[in-house]
Amino acid sequence: MSPQPMISLEGVTKMYPGLQRPAVDHLDLEVGEGELVTLVGPSGCGKTTTLKMINRIIEPTSGRILVNGQDALSVDAHELRRGIGYVIQQVGLFPHRTIAENIATVPVLLEWDKGRIRSRVTELVEIMGLEESMLDRYPSELSGGQQQRVGVARALAADPPIMLMDEPFGAVDPIVRSRLQEELLDLHRHLRKTIVFVTHDIDEALYLGTRVAILNMGGILEQYDTPAAVLSDPAGEFVTSFLGGERGLKRLALLPVSEVEISPGPVVDVRATPEEALEVMRRHGVDWVGLIQDGHITGWVWQSELDGRRLAELEPKEFLVSLTPDSSLREALDAVVTNRARVGVIADQGGYLGMIDLEAIAETITE
Amino acid sequence: MIDWSWIGRNAEEILDRTWEHLFLTLVPVGIGILISFGLTAIILTWRRAYGSITLAAGILYTIPSLALFAALIPVVGLNATNAIIALTSYTLLILVRNFVAGIDGVPSATLEAADGMGYTRSARFWRMEVPLALPVVIAGIRIATITTVGLVTVSVVLGLGGYGFFIYRGFQARQITQTLVGLILSIVLATALDLVFVGIQRRLTPWTRSRA
Repeated sequence: MSPQPMISLEGVTKMYPGLQRPAVDHLDLEVGEGELVTLVGPSGCGKTTTLKMINRIIEPTSGRILVNGQDALSVDAHELRRGIGYVIQQVGLFPHRTIAENIATVPVLLEWDKGRIRSRVTELVEIMGLEESMLDRYPSELSGGQQQRVGVARALAADPPIMLMDEPFGAVDPIVRSRLQEELLDLHRHLRKTIVFVTHDIDEALYLGTRVAILNMGGILEQYDTPAAVLSDPAGEFVTSFLGGERGLKRLALLPVSEVEISPGPVVDVRATPEEALEVMRRHGVDWVGLIQDGHITGWVWQSELDGRRLAELEPKEFLVSLTPDSSLREALDAVVTNRARVGVIADQGGYLGMIDLEAIAETITE
Repeated sequence: MIDWSWIGRNAEEILDRTWEHLFLTLVPVGIGILISFGLTAIILTWRRAYGSITLAAGILYTIPSLALFAALIPVVGLNATNAIIALTSYTLLILVRNFVAGIDGVPSATLEAADGMGYTRSARFWRMEVPLALPVVIAGIRIATITTVGLVTVSVVLGLGGYGFFIYRGFQARQITQTLVGLILSIVLATALDLVFVGIQRRLTPWTRSRA
């Protein structure tokens, strides 16, 4: 099911001194190469402890951890960590080092030569959408969102195959957060890193993860599956209640429009006669029709507006929201309910593709 | 009331006392820094030592300087060594507290990030904790220095005193000029040394200057 495991935890347990119950209890977890696995659960579920055991910021009490086929517990911790990108919520940029020096941290530790470090820093500035002019500044001069970008750039610097991210977007405002989330997905698509991402936000976990690991108190793995599978088939009461309400909407957010069979919808070419337009409306059982001009949809008109006039003379009302095959069904639903015609139109650069209505959306969910 | 010509007539002695005052300030502060490094190292490796070390330094700090000078006479005699030992002992409480506070004040996120990047324990200490502690460390050195400049004047009882010599002799001879010269120069010296340390700090910790 999953590709070659990049990280595998076998029976990993963490006991903190003075506590009766383990923080993580005999956890088995495999993360395949190129996956973006999100660890999610209520506070105290051991998700952060689990993450930090992978790079041994926290040492496990027992169990085995394999990273890239290597026994993580038998190598020097600092050697292990230089091969794993690490991003934390508080960012933890080094205040006494410039942005360029912060980004270059691991390459310097690995003793790359100066030219190679400089060109890598420039490359990362590009990748992370930072500005060259920032490089000589100190972290305190940057905004929270910029700092976290630098934090990610620093983690990527030596091009590690694995990235560990501990609630990296928890401290930035919602607008910046959703931008950073999209950037992370982009990054993951392009760089094919294996990423383990801890969050307490189930929506973030479902949005980002190729697979989601839902942990319960004491580091019990309740479910480990794709977001769609978790939503459609939650494993038990805990997962169901943790997913919260609006499960249907959350599933819609994960499914693209292209999953649904798109119908051509009630449309006619502007050169068609009014009679032909009426026939289309009758066939679809609606009192409006969409107008197509040169392969693109220009809008729609009410049946009552026709009144024997030529279609080209009418002023069509625009569909306010336009969807692409990559849009989520949640966006499609939004398009449907905000439009008087009760449909969402789908188009790409090539032009009009078809329509989606409430029924088509609902069917996907109730299948 | 002020006898300006006194200053001209005693220029040479003023210069001598300046060197003496500087010597009796910088040597104890320097030795104090070295000892405090050692004590801080002990505290950082063995946390439970913090209480007893600061208690001991605190007790030293409460002993009146006159009494300490006197107590040391039977041991080392009536000389500069006596003054240096006493003055050094007064710097310890301030320095140790600031050194430890400086290291403790390094944000835990910075340390966790350093660990996560693969710093070894000692590289993390020297390249992260020490530089980041510098502002607080230097602040401690500044306070210790200013305090010592003031305390040096008391060593006049040992036949030393730096500018304290003028203050004391001015009192005895009821010569306001001498006392004022000693007092003002002592303040000037403290201020000048403080500015030197401010300059050093600005050079060593450029990141504290540029706040957005």
